[in-house]
Amino acid sequence: MRSDRGQSAPFSLKLAAACGLLFLHLPILLIFVYAFTTEEKSFVWPPPGFTAQWFAVTWNRPDVWQALSLSVRVAAISTLIALILGTLCSAAVSRSKFFGRETVSLLVILPIALPGIITGIALRSAFALTDIPFSFWTIVLGHATFCVVVVYNNAVARFRRTSGSMIEASMDLGADGFQTFRHVVLPNIATALLAGGMLAFALSFDEVIVTTFTAGQQQTLPIWMLEELIRPRQRPVTNVVAMVVVLVTLLPILFAYYLTRDGDQIAGSGK
Amino acid sequence: MTSAVSFKQVSRHFGSVRAVDAVDLDIAPGEFFAMLGPSGSGKTTCLRLIAGFEQPTAGSISIFGERAEGVPPYRRNVNTVFQDYALFPHLNVLDNVAYGLMVKGVGKAERHKAAEEALALVRLPGYGGRRPGQLSGGQRQRVALARALVNQPKVLLLDEPLGALDLKLRENMQEELKSLQKALGITFVFVTHDQGEALSMADRVAVFNDGRIMQVGTPEDIYQQPSTRFVADFVGSSNVLPPDFVQRYSGQHRWGSLRPESIRVGRAASGDGVAARVVSSNYLGATTRLLLDADGLKLHAMIPAGISLPEPGEAVMLTFNRDQLHLMDEPA
Amino acid sequence: MSLDAVVPRPAAPAVLPRSGGLRGVLSDLLWRRPGLLLLLMLAPPLLWLGIVYVGSLFALLLQSFFSIDEFSGLINRQFTLKTYGDLFQATNLDIILRTVTMAALVTLASAVIAFPIAYYAARYARGRWKALFYLGIMLPLWSSYLVKVYAWKLILAKEGILTWLFDKLHLSWLLDAWLSLPIVGGNSLSVSFTGTFIVFVYVWLPFMILPVQAALERVPGNLVEASSDLGASPGQTFRNVLFPLALPGIVAGSIFTFSLTLGDYIIPQIIGTSRLFIGQAVYAQQGTAGNIPLAAAFTVVPIVIMGFYLWGAKRMGAFDAL
Repeated sequence: MRSDRGQSAPFSLKLAAACGLLFLHLPILLIFVYAFTTEEKSFVWPPPGFTAQWFAVTWNRPDVWQALSLSVRVAAISTLIALILGTLCSAAVSRSKFFGRETVSLLVILPIALPGIITGIALRSAFALTDIPFSFWTIVLGHATFCVVVVYNNAVARFRRTSGSMIEASMDLGADGFQTFRHVVLPNIATALLAGGMLAFALSFDEVIVTTFTAGQQQTLPIWMLEELIRPRQRPVTNVVAMVVVLVTLLPILFAYYLTRDGDQIAGSGK
Repeated sequence: MTSAVSFKQVSRHFGSVRAVDAVDLDIAPGEFFAMLGPSGSGKTTCLRLIAGFEQPTAGSISIFGERAEGVPPYRRNVNTVFQDYALFPHLNVLDNVAYGLMVKGVGKAERHKAAEEALALVRLPGYGGRRPGQLSGGQRQRVALARALVNQPKVLLLDEPLGALDLKLRENMQEELKSLQKALGITFVFVTHDQGEALSMADRVAVFNDGRIMQVGTPEDIYQQPSTRFVADFVGSSNVLPPDFVQRYSGQHRWGSLRPESIRVGRAASGDGVAARVVSSNYLGATTRLLLDADGLKLHAMIPAGISLPEPGEAVMLTFNRDQLHLMDEPA
Repeated sequence: MSLDAVVPRPAAPAVLPRSGGLRGVLSDLLWRRPGLLLLLMLAPPLLWLGIVYVGSLFALLLQSFFSIDEFSGLINRQFTLKTYGDLFQATNLDIILRTVTMAALVTLASAVIAFPIAYYAARYARGRWKALFYLGIMLPLWSSYLVKVYAWKLILAKEGILTWLFDKLHLSWLLDAWLSLPIVGGNSLSVSFTGTFIVFVYVWLPFMILPVQAALERVPGNLVEASSDLGASPGQTFRNVLFPLALPGIVAGSIFTFSLTLGDYIIPQIIGTSRLFIGQAVYAQQGTAGNIPLAAAFTVVPIVIMGFYLWGAKRMGAFDAL
């Protein structure tokens, strides 16, 4: 629809679109207000008063720090594994047309296309069948599996825009396979990988459904929050944590958007 | 003397497609060699076989006497100017040109100095700091040339290097490439589908069709004495004459060719010569091209400017010198 | 101009020797055997996904054919269809029906809300606004799922902002009347199906907007003009031109909204009644009840439903809009 340049939209359409966007954003903004409320026992609106004291209270909570630390470690390791697996897979798929190429793409996308509960219960029953006890690594196993797809999507989009004759040019100029990868391929896909890594981190940092099946008694930050949601005990601390989580996930997404803004789109439908 | 590039019965098949089929070829050192042919004729595959991007299905390739099959591109002292230039977008012009030296381990100061000199050679001094994206098509082409030349290749391969340039720029670059090749003495192998380009630049031309070489020779040979109907038609659109027609004038029952500019068009309705009718005329500036119908045989003739032209539909008499009728090798 | 830099040394070899060490050998080997290189690149991701993921899915399927010993609570590892039979108990059928109905309603509502946003973004937003729209959809999509659910817990709470808003507008009677309705009503919005429905729509809405927008981007603008030139009213243009063209996008989006609703167990647990959805049943069976076979059999239900759904969607050409 390129020919509508300069034509303005009917008022009713503008109104509907604006309302839709407000519907998407206002609830998240509300979190920021609640983080400062003086009320501790209920979710009363409007807040009776404002205070910054809950930030200090949250800061001194060891359980929050432990959960945060576990989440960051899981996300970092999962992102690293996803980066390696996703890059290899996208390079193979973009490099050559081989039999079963479509199947590989499908296999990468499947863990995110099926509802998280299926991935979760599948891993859970596999652990049960093979008597693997829950640990840090069982969480990572699940997270890395569904993080591969975001790295893969970003890298494939970049490979598609990278001219194949560049690799030939590098080899023609005397660079062997390793040098070509180091000096030509890697610099060209670096920002796409960075963006994919950011999104994988955000995805892992926030994941709760699969994690509940693979974590056992361990608490990641989302699981800590989930407990608070089911049995609210420290509402003000939860409010602060929620706000911090919004900010922490926002930054990588904005940065990933900035890195890939011309050309590729960040693979949103992959979430 | 060793050939710069030598093909012995080289074939490259992709499944059932015979991209290159039993080709024999010898390119002399220091030669400007053109591979000419329509798209899909196998000329680009031959170039890629020399560069090492493709491996022959059968036959042997040697470069300056050294066997090249199984040798990866990065170990061949051969460089390529790609059709789309394939400059590295993440490097500036200087680092693009110095790339080959960098991967060979040449120190930074030395390779940058060599790259500057190569840029000066292609008349882009001081462009080193720019990004490839900031250059025009012609400039990118020169950078690609400098990037290949800085490695001091034994053979330089050029894949349709002028294809993306506009006419004026193309003519300038033709002359420049030619004089550069003369000055450097490097063997140039040049792929093109433009017969004018091949004839004006090359020392020798190989005409490709369907994965085979139809004819190899100097531009004059190819132009004046095509060996097959395909060559006659593809290089400069000679008139192809059927054996029966040729027999009347030469006594031999063979295919022949006749350059359009060799035909004289007389306005007499009778007399010696071939009776024909003018079908159409096409004004080209320095000449006018006539399409003629001689009793079912379609012929082209070139009339220089300044000579009065017959009207379409007019009956004319065609004459030519018998020695300009070229008999082709192709059997009748 | 100096030619020194580029004039070749006559003695230079045409074929360079292999660079020393393992790297040279390996590099030449991988170049000569591209299939080997491909295999080396594909092996780690395929092994990972094949063993960890596909292996787990098979483990899941396998478990669903086991049964639980009702007295000892131990899993009996013998092939049986008994667990699948348990699915057809009235309470379990109830759960499945409830979940599918909710998924269908959520999908419908998402499509209605998504269309104007997608339409505006595809047809009118340009340059800076286009980027802003894009981020405006992407940010909520990528924001923390739990935080989004939590935000609605705040909003829908009895003492929360929505009750306050209705009060200020003197519409409290309307809210009370709605809450007193059977099925959709409840004590407050946060413990009613209405609340569950709103949160589902909110959380999955971006997944509907993106494919619809992608489908609309591909509609040539002059098609819409042609329709109005030919005298069609805006309503007719929408019905006969825009809607059919956007339909593959809507179907593509509905794959997400439908599938995600079918599999979710957190939203109805936090905002909703005590009546279960499929996801909750799965979670409860594997957790507190320790009945992994029944949990596994339950997850096969959304897989089968989605299988049929995808089959239908594929026939409508929805996959091009993904």
